[in-house]
Amino acid sequence: MQKKLNQKAWFLVLPVFLLVAFSAIIPLMTVVNYSVQDSFGNNEFFWVGAEWFSEILNSERFHSALGRQLLFSAIILLIEIPLGIFIALKIPKQGWAVSLCLVLMALPLLIPWNVVGTIWQIFAREDIGLLGYVLAALDVDYNYTQNSTDAWITIIIMDVWHWTSLVVLLCYAGLSSIPDAYYQAAKIDGASRWATFRYIQLPKLKRVLLIAVLLRFMDSFMIYTEPFVVTGGGPGNATTFLSIDLVKMAIGQFDLGPAAAFSLIYFLIVLLLSWVFYTIMTANEGKTNQS
Amino acid sequence: MTLTLNNINLSVDGEVYLSNVTASFKAGIFNTLLGPTLSGKTSLLRILAGLDAPDEGTVKFNNGDITNIPAKKRNIAFVYQQFINYPSFSVFDNIASPLKVAGVSKSEINGRVEKISSLLKIDTMLSRKPSELSGGQQQRVALARALVRNADIILLDEPLGNLDYKLREELRLELPKLFKETNSIVVYATTEPEEALMLGGNIALLSEGKVIQSGPTMDVYRRPQNIQSALTFSDPPINICAARSLEIANAHSIGIRPHHVKLKRRNTADIELNAHVTLSEITGSETFVHSLALDQQWTTAIHGVHHFNAGDEISLYLNPANFIPFDASGNTLAILESEGV
Repeated sequence: MQKKLNQKAWFLVLPVFLLVAFSAIIPLMTVVNYSVQDSFGNNEFFWVGAEWFSEILNSERFHSALGRQLLFSAIILLIEIPLGIFIALKIPKQGWAVSLCLVLMALPLLIPWNVVGTIWQIFAREDIGLLGYVLAALDVDYNYTQNSTDAWITIIIMDVWHWTSLVVLLCYAGLSSIPDAYYQAAKIDGASRWATFRYIQLPKLKRVLLIAVLLRFMDSFMIYTEPFVVTGGGPGNATTFLSIDLVKMAIGQFDLGPAAAFSLIYFLIVLLLSWVFYTIMTANEGKTNQS
Repeated sequence: MTLTLNNINLSVDGEVYLSNVTASFKAGIFNTLLGPTLSGKTSLLRILAGLDAPDEGTVKFNNGDITNIPAKKRNIAFVYQQFINYPSFSVFDNIASPLKVAGVSKSEINGRVEKISSLLKIDTMLSRKPSELSGGQQQRVALARALVRNADIILLDEPLGNLDYKLREELRLELPKLFKETNSIVVYATTEPEEALMLGGNIALLSEGKVIQSGPTMDVYRRPQNIQSALTFSDPPINICAARSLEIANAHSIGIRPHHVKLKRRNTADIELNAHVTLSEITGSETFVHSLALDQQWTTAIHGVHHFNAGDEISLYLNPANFIPFDASGNTLAILESEGV
């Protein structure tokens, strides 16, 4: 017997379809639209094909911003992931100190990004900031507005201060979910502290670390507000990361076509690198019945 | 080989976990610890393992005091309710890990892992990771790791608790055979009286941190020393009835196991009670019928799947030969020999 097809189910999908269309597909298509056309105002558009893409991909300015961005994300991941794991291992498992530690850890995450930028901008100033003043008093040659290394150090420390907590909280949750029996088994086997970490805690944290690495990579790769507030991309172009460069191009210069091409390339790079991280970190996992 | 506990006491934060526990476990026979949750089984196993030290009392192994010897120096193996394996190791490396730590030669490791894995029927999955196995298989790997090292003491803390009914039945039958071939002292903790009966050997009944009775499993089952023993070693719980309701002199109350409450007359001496059903539940291959008679609840366990509705009129038949008489303080009076369990 032929069953009559019921098309009513489409109505159930419709709200999601509309929501995704308005929140993602239509804005993205606008960007795609700009990226293949040129405009001289007056709402007049000219088809330019892939010209903006090749211009961006061949521009020295994009290359150096991308280089800075990759270096920045690499440093952030290399510091925040191990540091986050280390702090998570040191937080007590029970007692009154647990909530205290977790609240202290969560505090930086609750501060808006531009406020974090402002805090550090003032904190590091020699005239009114505590850090800048102390460093000057100790005769340390430090000035983030003029020295690019100092500017980098300031932004990296600020990001580590702001976001390591996220890694800590994720890892702490991951560590808390390891049954006590694993630690007993390790004790009975006579495993050292390092072996326990290497063969029990680290493998059990793998899933959580994947999320932490992806989140920290994506966020650090798209960083905008904090360096914009602290250094404005300077000194020179020293801290002009991709998003700062993009905003300069789109709003400062109003080059909408190249900026749209830039956005799409930027988006694809984030997607590609996230995929690379995911693939590497989930390799050798095989079919899993349970994580 | 003998493992002896003498007057073990343990309290944590003012709460008594173990109180004056004295017990002895031998090699070559299955030693079961039976008791409900929070009766102290895990605390006792942890002390045997050397993971915790008792507040008072001694643990002796072959007459040597090992009370303060740490876990890693005791040559023990521990199998948990959760499936504990090294997540990043293959099944082979998991089983081989205690041998590698002990510095056993490579060829011997291969031989021993091969033998034990075929015994546990996991020899076809040696290259897989634990996460690629089913729960039953993961627990087999943990058992293999415990067996391969020829430990002096093997402790099992409800190892079948997280498995589904069928796998549990399967492993229950295999376990005594597996451990029979080792020279280790095997101590097995469980909450299930039925499991304890199937495993046989010796048993110690635990209740609220105390050993309330110990001895050969069948003897303890047939001759509970008191009401508490009878309640601990009975699933569903034993029926307790005032002796005078059954017109029995010389006893204060009577215990009758649910399996001994029949729905058909088997014997001319059977006492008949009129009852009506309050609830019937089907568990595994048995049906538990709860009914009301003589103003109290009765539980009957019958084999097979049967259907009863609440309110159904039934007759319960009790054979006095199966009665366990208790005195006013709950101690067992002279037991009448039962025809079986």
